[in-house]
Amino acid sequence: MSTEDTLPPAGPDPLQVTLPGDTEVHVTRLFHAPRHLVFRAHTTPALLQRWLLGPPGWEMPECEFDARAGGAFRYLWREMESGDSFVISGRILELEAPARIVHTEVLEMPGEPPTAASHVHTVFTEEGAQTRMVMTMRFPSREARDGAIAAGMTDGMEQSYQNLDMLMEDGAAAA
Amino acid sequence: MPESRLLDATFTALADPTRRAILARLAQGEATVAELSVPFAMSQPAVSKHLKVLERAGLISQAKEGARRPRRIAPERLAEANRWIERFREIWEPNYTRLDALLEDMKAADVAAAPSANEEGTA
Repeated sequence: MSTEDTLPPAGPDPLQVTLPGDTEVHVTRLFHAPRHLVFRAHTTPALLQRWLLGPPGWEMPECEFDARAGGAFRYLWREMESGDSFVISGRILELEAPARIVHTEVLEMPGEPPTAASHVHTVFTEEGAQTRMVMTMRFPSREARDGAIAAGMTDGMEQSYQNLDMLMEDGAAAA
Repeated sequence: MPESRLLDATFTALADPTRRAILARLAQGEATVAELSVPFAMSQPAVSKHLKVLERAGLISQAKEGARRPRRIAPERLAEANRWIERFREIWEPNYTRLDALLEDMKAADVAAAPSANEEGTA
């Protein structure tokens, strides 16, 4: 068995995602760019709007980011075809350029009260000319973590995932 | 084989290689703490600690067979973890691909903004 933490998918810069427990998500990604640029891209509204967009069909028409400890941020995404939208907003607890961002965030779905806050700790480390990002997200509960990926999911996708679940269970039972 | 895909998802879910190995062993069949401590050459309390973490994550369940308490893989939770990770990737991989392209633009702009450094032949 591999001693690696994950079995990364094929590709030059695999995104590594692990779920160390019920409420945490651990994300690692390597970027071919110096750290100050990666940090800038994570903290500048005009730049965030160019990449932090989610699945195809979504845009981020509103983006605010007050890059300092105690500053607030707010992202609004809209699906172009349906007009569906949702917001992630929060507060920056610590910001240490170009190495570290600690923040809390809530998800605001239309017609629903904001979720309880998650805690996110992001560290950027230089590796030669590259930058490694390690992001640890801590949700208030497993249900909150489950809900975090549901925002923006269409009915069709939900059905596909249910079909996939049934196939996997059949496979596990047959094995 | 579908089950090995589920196991892959579990391996990515666990930070500890020993717990991943315990899960792989349980995928071959249920086992008690005593039965697990033999191939892993670990004390039973040490095995129990790892099992508690796996149980808390909902990846294994405990059956009761008289005095035996064999642990089993919980396939529904493996499917859920795998699904969650796949959905997360679906959202975030395109984000990071776009960020890669943006960073290339930013690097070029950085170089363009410092022509004297290039003339000196640095980097």
